[in-house]
Amino acid sequence: MPQNADNVLDHFDLFRQPEYREMLANKKKNFESPVAEAELQRVVEWTKTWDYREKNFAREALTVNPAKACQPLGAVFAAVGFEGTIPFVHGSQGCVAYYRSHFSRHFKEPSSCVSSSMTEDAAVFGGLNNMIDGLANTYNLYKPKMISVSTTCMAEVIGDDLNAFIKNAKEKGSVPKEFDVPFAHTPAFVGSHITGYDNVMKGIFEHFWGGKAGTAPKLDRVENDQINFITGFDPYTVGNVRELKRMFDLIGFNYKIVCDNSDVWDTPTDGTFRMFDGGTTIEETEKAVHAKATVSMQEYCTEKTLKYIHEEWKHEIVPFNHPIGVKGTDEFLLKISELTGRPIPDQLKLERGRLVDAICDSNTHIHVKKFAIYADPDMCIGLVSFLLECGAEPTHVLATNGSKSWAEKVEKMLADSPFGQNCHVYPGRDLWHMRSLLFTEPVDFLIGNTYGKYLERDTGTPLIRIGFPIFDRHHHHRYPVWGYQGGLNVLVWILDRVFEEIDKNTIVPAYSDFSYDIIR
Amino acid sequence: MRQIAFYGKGGIGKSTTSQNTLACLAQDGHKILIVGCDPKADSTRLILHSKAQDTILSLAAAAGSVEDLEIEDVMKVGYLDIRCVESGGPEPGVGCAGRGVITSINFLEENGAYEDVDYVSYDVLGDVVCGGFAMPIRENKAQEIYIVMSGEMMAMYAANNISKGILKYANSGGVRLGALVCNERQTDKELELAEELAKKLGTFLIHFVPRDNIVQHAELRRMTVVEYAPDSKQADEYRTLSRKIHANKGNGIIPTPITMDELEDMLMQFGIMKQVDESQVGVVAAAG
Repeated sequence: MPQNADNVLDHFDLFRQPEYREMLANKKKNFESPVAEAELQRVVEWTKTWDYREKNFAREALTVNPAKACQPLGAVFAAVGFEGTIPFVHGSQGCVAYYRSHFSRHFKEPSSCVSSSMTEDAAVFGGLNNMIDGLANTYNLYKPKMISVSTTCMAEVIGDDLNAFIKNAKEKGSVPKEFDVPFAHTPAFVGSHITGYDNVMKGIFEHFWGGKAGTAPKLDRVENDQINFITGFDPYTVGNVRELKRMFDLIGFNYKIVCDNSDVWDTPTDGTFRMFDGGTTIEETEKAVHAKATVSMQEYCTEKTLKYIHEEWKHEIVPFNHPIGVKGTDEFLLKISELTGRPIPDQLKLERGRLVDAICDSNTHIHVKKFAIYADPDMCIGLVSFLLECGAEPTHVLATNGSKSWAEKVEKMLADSPFGQNCHVYPGRDLWHMRSLLFTEPVDFLIGNTYGKYLERDTGTPLIRIGFPIFDRHHHHRYPVWGYQGGLNVLVWILDRVFEEIDKNTIVPAYSDFSYDIIR
Repeated sequence: MRQIAFYGKGGIGKSTTSQNTLACLAQDGHKILIVGCDPKADSTRLILHSKAQDTILSLAAAAGSVEDLEIEDVMKVGYLDIRCVESGGPEPGVGCAGRGVITSINFLEENGAYEDVDYVSYDVLGDVVCGGFAMPIRENKAQEIYIVMSGEMMAMYAANNISKGILKYANSGGVRLGALVCNERQTDKELELAEELAKKLGTFLIHFVPRDNIVQHAELRRMTVVEYAPDSKQADEYRTLSRKIHANKGNGIIPTPITMDELEDMLMQFGIMKQVDESQVGVVAAAG
């Protein structure tokens, strides 16, 4: 036996032992109906051709590896941004296990979330009893300050009505009548995680501002000088929110980040388990109605929410698209300055100069390098803007959850830059499409989430990990990508990979190592 | 804007009654939107003079998703500018029609279909079966439900069941039972039975629509009676019904549904069923 207790081999060594190699070969031969090696290689090569690409892009009824998740994931993300709030997902346990593990793998933190544990009988008779028992259990076990309810596929297919169910559960005494249970219908088969984020944010504002589902008077807005910030579904929320606060404190104005999950996903190890940490309080959420303006850091994560805040509450609405880099940050800070009448502090000007300096120092290594990018729609825009100002050439920009209007916006950006002339935008496409793009129109680097590593394996395109989820590299979410400091982080991540590739290409002794330099 | 819904057992004449009633309301100058919530998509046939082919769900399936649709694609304008939409749905045996109703109504709300109308009317098939078919009675949707029924036992059974559905939502929201509408089937003591059931449910019979073959003549021409023969007696009946419904605003009640036993007792009380002789249950009628 290759494995013994004195010297335990990890899986990557263990399964390379002869016993396992033989077993795997037998399994393939006897049970996997393998095709001849030559035929296999022929098909592999064919998938790299333009012919295959055209067939791939003609695909209608099948999605392969979509670069998006479902609405309830975004719902959970939004819910934990409020103080003492537990997300309650009306659906089966398995769905909730997925959201929890997904966030835990990305943020390396526990992710608390409950389900109403719907099973077959609930699917037949409706999930009202699950709601009644679930709310009562959640309230009594975890003592939250608020329970934010969202739904899954099953609850939506059978048409469970959250408004009526929550009222009925309150009638039955599951939670006190005045306890806040905002809700949002988040069918997992519609839209993506950014839609779910949007629906929950809108649901929470409707609840607190719009009269708590008819059980309280609507708030009266008395405009003040506060500016609300909604950050959207952001994989760098921990670093970004803290960077925003630092910059805003430097500028010095009255602001509130509504839905702040920077602490709950970065709890310290000091002997105390924090099921809840930080977050926007209920009082702050209510008071946010009086703000003069609401800024969204991610327009496509907040489409319905912004519309509601603007139409119902007359806030000035200022949408951004995950601003990254000098231009993105400039536009963002200038708008803040305009809204508040406050000047840009010298400290931030200094940071801007440093970022510009850093970009110039490394310009030769990033200039005219070709990039493929896939991410959520807003982050794609932020990354494309940054690459263009660095003189890199975006070549493929893909967002599975991107709309046609998003694509038009990106195309406009590209058309306005000399570095964007050879780039195409792909809304609604998946990572199997991206695979064809990388084979037929190769690029120097791919920017994407962890799942991009399969594209790196297949196509040899080096992956720069930026996006959600990142499972296989730790702690990047603690660094901001917004602000000039954030731009510096993105620059460094890109450059690190650029230099690694140069080293990899020059490392062979007595063949290429004359270029294996100490200095780059 | 007032939102109402017509519910009732399949085949009871729900769509005919609702379209004739709404056509009368349009004649009285009201702006109407009909939302057909039946997968058969025949709730607007008499207004449009043709069966609506472009249902929301069929167009969404063709376009890829509901988000790709525009309101103009799905909204048709028929007799007296009545706006018509059909949610549509799957063929019998596959898929989920209830989800289709939810998707359609959300689509209509998000795309401003309810702007500038006096009446929105939902036409919903059969009993309240799943949450999807209850969509029109959720909060902020239909305020009053009109149940179309007849003197037949199963139609009354369905009316009672629908009342149960309304009751479920009435306590948490604003939906109320408007009234019963009896569509005559010429069964024994039909008027009395309908009135009695209405009383038991805590509501009233708003109108007894007599049976008249002219309805068939109009239907074959894909028209409402009020358009086909506006001076007919039957058109007057529908006119009366529509004005009664118009005047019934805000008078809805929370229904008090009864049990199956109570329903059977009621039929016996009217002499339609003899006292149940348990020895006779399941015994076939004597030959000849």
